[in-house]
Amino acid sequence: MANSDVNVAVRTGTVHALVGENGAGKSTLMKILYGMQRPDEGTISIDGSPTDLTTPADAIAVGIGMVHQHFMLADNLTVLENVVLGDEPRSGGGIDFKAARTKIKDISARYGLGVEPDRLVDELGVGERQRVEILKVLFRGARILILDEPTAVLVPQEVDELFGNLRELKSEGLTILFISHKLDEVLSVADDITVMRRGTTVASVSPGEVTARQLAELMVGSALPVPELRESTVTETPVLEVEGLTVTSPDGRAVLDAMSFTIHAGEVLGIAGVEGNGQAELVEALMGIRPLQSGRIMLQDKDITKLSTRKRRDAGVGYVPEDRHRQGVLLEATLWENRILGHQTRAPSARGLLLNRAGARADTERIVEEYDVRTPSIDVAAASLSGGNQQKLIVGREMSGDPVLLIASHPTRGVDVGAQAAIWEQIRKARAEHLAVLLISADLDELIGMSDSLAVILRGKLVASYDPTAVTPEELGSAMTGAGDGGPHD
Amino acid sequence: MGRISLRSVGLGLAAPVGALVFALLVCGVILSITGHPPFSVAEDMIGSLERPRTIANSLNSATTYYLSAVAVAIGFKMRLFNIGVDGQYRLAAMLAAALAGASFMESLPSVVRILLTILAAMLVGAVWSGIAGFLKVTRGVSEVISTIMLNAIATALVAFLLNPDRLAVTVAGSNNIGTAPITEGGQVPGIPYSGSSSDVYGLVALAAVVGVAYWFMLNRTRFGFDLKATGESESAAVASGVNVKKMVLASMLLSGAVAGLVGLPQLLGDSHSYALDFPAGLGFTGIAIALLGRNHPIGMAFAAFLWGALDQTSNVLDLSGVPKEIVVIMQGVIVLSVVIAYELVRRYKLRLEQRDVGRALGTTKTPEEVQG
Amino acid sequence: MTASGLAVGVQDTVAPSRRRRSPMIYFALAVAALVVVSLVRVLTGAGNLTSSGTVAAALTAAVPIALAGLAGLWSERAGVINIGLEGMMVLGTFGAGLFGYQYGPWVGIVAGVALGAVGGLIHAVATVTFGVDHIISGVAITLAAPGLTLFLAKLYFTDAPGGGQKQSPPIEDVPHVSIPGLSTLLGDIEQLQWFFVSDLAGLLRGLTTDVSLLTVVALVLFVATAYALWRTAFGLRLRSCGEAPFAAESLGVNVYKYKYAAITMSGALAGLGGAILAVASSQFRDGQTGGRGYIGLASMIFGNWRPGGVAAGAGLFGYTDAMQLRGEGAVHALLLLLGIALLVLAVVQLRGKRYAVASVATVIGVLFIVWFALSDQVPPELVSAAPYVVTLLVLSLAAQRLRVPKWIGRTYRRGEGG
Repeated sequence: MANSDVNVAVRTGTVHALVGENGAGKSTLMKILYGMQRPDEGTISIDGSPTDLTTPADAIAVGIGMVHQHFMLADNLTVLENVVLGDEPRSGGGIDFKAARTKIKDISARYGLGVEPDRLVDELGVGERQRVEILKVLFRGARILILDEPTAVLVPQEVDELFGNLRELKSEGLTILFISHKLDEVLSVADDITVMRRGTTVASVSPGEVTARQLAELMVGSALPVPELRESTVTETPVLEVEGLTVTSPDGRAVLDAMSFTIHAGEVLGIAGVEGNGQAELVEALMGIRPLQSGRIMLQDKDITKLSTRKRRDAGVGYVPEDRHRQGVLLEATLWENRILGHQTRAPSARGLLLNRAGARADTERIVEEYDVRTPSIDVAAASLSGGNQQKLIVGREMSGDPVLLIASHPTRGVDVGAQAAIWEQIRKARAEHLAVLLISADLDELIGMSDSLAVILRGKLVASYDPTAVTPEELGSAMTGAGDGGPHD
Repeated sequence: MGRISLRSVGLGLAAPVGALVFALLVCGVILSITGHPPFSVAEDMIGSLERPRTIANSLNSATTYYLSAVAVAIGFKMRLFNIGVDGQYRLAAMLAAALAGASFMESLPSVVRILLTILAAMLVGAVWSGIAGFLKVTRGVSEVISTIMLNAIATALVAFLLNPDRLAVTVAGSNNIGTAPITEGGQVPGIPYSGSSSDVYGLVALAAVVGVAYWFMLNRTRFGFDLKATGESESAAVASGVNVKKMVLASMLLSGAVAGLVGLPQLLGDSHSYALDFPAGLGFTGIAIALLGRNHPIGMAFAAFLWGALDQTSNVLDLSGVPKEIVVIMQGVIVLSVVIAYELVRRYKLRLEQRDVGRALGTTKTPEEVQG
Repeated sequence: MTASGLAVGVQDTVAPSRRRRSPMIYFALAVAALVVVSLVRVLTGAGNLTSSGTVAAALTAAVPIALAGLAGLWSERAGVINIGLEGMMVLGTFGAGLFGYQYGPWVGIVAGVALGAVGGLIHAVATVTFGVDHIISGVAITLAAPGLTLFLAKLYFTDAPGGGQKQSPPIEDVPHVSIPGLSTLLGDIEQLQWFFVSDLAGLLRGLTTDVSLLTVVALVLFVATAYALWRTAFGLRLRSCGEAPFAAESLGVNVYKYKYAAITMSGALAGLGGAILAVASSQFRDGQTGGRGYIGLASMIFGNWRPGGVAAGAGLFGYTDAMQLRGEGAVHALLLLLGIALLVLAVVQLRGKRYAVASVATVIGVLFIVWFALSDQVPPELVSAAPYVVTLLVLSLAAQRLRVPKWIGRTYRRGEGG
């Protein structure tokens, strides 16, 4: 059971924020409110009258509209087609395209959305897509808007514009339910806040009464674990040297622009940035998954620019990928088979061209033991483990075979607090043994706490660097948005 | 893999057995509706199994089917649909037959001749499937479409080459045409089966070797691991250092090479010539058997024998006035229902395993966490 | 709100813009193609290339292929690959045979459509309800259908007058129509052998003289499909299921329903294609479809998943089919045509700065032209491969112009999106 005993009251004409950790049950609640899942017990009342929502169509009928975190848009259809889908104005047997176009333009003008009905969604940027999503909901006459993590994919200016839109909507009497885990945003835009934890609502507060820190503690239910490195272990030996790394997208724009940096043995370099500023491309370029336009990558004084992913791994690069399920594990394979993944060519999992099953199994037992992977056996499928345990297995695997460099992309995203602490501890231990780490994270506290040096990535460039002992999340935040003054600008 | 428990064996068998029962039911209904008592039909078929000849012929069919299934399964393991086994084996068998029947081969020792024939067939099959592999890795052309097209092109090519002006000769005493007959030194002698007038193909051994090699490749080699990993999650395989393009090409070539073998047991053991009446469509049978046998080397062996036995025992039906195509209907129903059944069992098994893990740890995972 | 400031980090998703072309361009292309064909005719003296007889034969051959292609389009637009088309066509031929010889061709056609729809329904149950891989289900249907029809044929046709174990008794044909007056006039112009004008006349005469009513039905279905899928709410919803089913679901569209409708319709159209094949050849025969389901699939890809394109592809493939029957000289001229087409493609690719593709197209094109120059005839066995070779060439050399439905081939289950 995902959610139980959830109580939320939302006042008409307000922005109500729902906050909670990943997996706290926010998305499930939203799905229930939007008729995509049915509650086993309990009621939903709108304007005082209980309502039964079994399909999204029911929700739409009572005036609830949903803006999904992952945009629900068909790229190959036009904006108009996307907007009218499911609620098409008719004339004769067909769609009344003219009426639809007029109505879309009206709504777009009224709320300042700037949406053009006849463009192909494929051609639109993220901010535009989100406005199409909002327009879709308004087109259906929604009075209650649910926005699921609407700012996750936006850059700060876009967030400001979104909040402007939301205030405008609120002033027209619409009600907005805003789901987020970005507490500063919640505090700035919400009228009321409900906190969820482990599938239940734990507090209702108003933004004037709490600080971000208090809110965060309500979310996790205990004092926050603070990631912290004890003493510096940074040496003078460079492990990874990157020079002029440039990666271009298929249409020829530079997504990584002449990037250069060095990581030494025993050093953790943290990269901060708003998602989508080139972090994923950087990691893929370093791993040899994405081709370079130009630049050079040196690992322990050896040029690895032209090496394949496999050769780089064999040279001692460990990789904790961003998306665990897509890149980190084979969900339907056993744990010990997952231990082999990424280590196909090396002992203890391989012997020449053959696999060493006994070796792989024994080493999996070791990882399960050392990294506290909670599992009844190493013969179960990875899919049956919780996210945190999967992640511990991945970290354990990537730390085996004595890597010299670990590339960790969001290593603690979506894992429980216990696993988070365990993973931090393991990274610290390896760092003390002269491992070089490239840490990419969206969690600023993690970055500040774990890194020996910090750099900010913006539009494919490293625009600023900081001493993590002297920087605040606020300073970092403004540098990430290009508004800061902490470093050189282009 | 790993340890074998009673439950996993039971779950493994549930799907094929269920599909078989369902197919029997459907065919029973069809037979009843069309006025044939289903039980006497079944009795006739089972009765014919007692004849050694039926068994020998079933084994022979199964040999061919098994090779085809392995060729398909190599692709399936990587989520590649080699629909083109059909064209690959026909082209390969035809060209290998022309080579084996060529007069310059006469002077070679028998073993060399046979090995050359086998190698030629594998090479032709690999080249033909390699085209699809090449188009996929360089131009992103779906292998489903390209192999369908290549099947048809192979048909045209075989028709073109199987012409008295080119590689064919007229078969004495009929209006059939085929490649020059393979003389004794190029043939693979059959294995006598007691009580049966027809021998078991000597190349049944080849099928066994291919099966073992397939098992070994899949479970014991790095290549096999990369193959399976790519099939289960391409993105995870890439992150682990697998070069997916290379794997696509390699597995298409491998699949085609095995496909090239499909026609050989019959060619070298029985017909000794590729003529107009050489069996077609075995590639599709291979797909069916790979599905029923779950790409498992032993599962496919059982499935191949079941298919062969169904084909052979159906021959008695025409005597009693029941169209033997009832067997084809049955095979179709089996294929469709077995994939549905496997899907249902897969979902059920995952749920069971999650429950076990949950129980072992004292907590239960929410569906949300599972899907993550 | 302005659009400035949106460029940060999000440009990834911006694809090169594609403009919709006006119908005039397609018309101009068609005229240009005809000019090339006329040129080839004049150069090679292969008068059959554009004779009304060839065009009429091409039309007859094209209709079943076109319907198979249209069937594929319905299914794939809703996101479900249908390689069971061949099997569904087989069911259609049998339905037409069984009912056509007893109750006349129109009842036969209806029966063929119905049986095809049943085939489609089975595909829908497997792929939509049970989430079976689309290819696997399609293969299974294609495997089972000929078995089922042969089983039933043996039962029902063996003792029927004029029937046999593998064929039905004869079926009457449906009426054929001509546009009065036009035929003679165009025939006269055709005789003149004028460059372009006579070719056009031959083309038009072939298309308007002695046309089966079933061809007219097929034409109507193409127009109806274009309208239903692109101008109505039903069509928009159906296409959205093939592009972004979870988006459709979130807007209250019952994705299962539309997928079922699309695949059943797909089966019905394939069944119709099979039924027309049987009626046009006056009986059901085992193995009658001869891979036309696959050629239909090819024409759908060639036609970029659009009705007009499918019709053009089917026309082209029907044309090569007809050429086969109409003498080797004409087939030989096709080599030159293919060579020219590839060179044109090379120029197009060159303008798009795709040099590798352009050079490959040039090389193959030149090879075809050299083949044409150095030979007097094409072996007839190879001509039947033409549709497949053309499709492979299109897929490998012009793939970036294809717009495949985004969710094609993937499983959808309610409530499992984002």
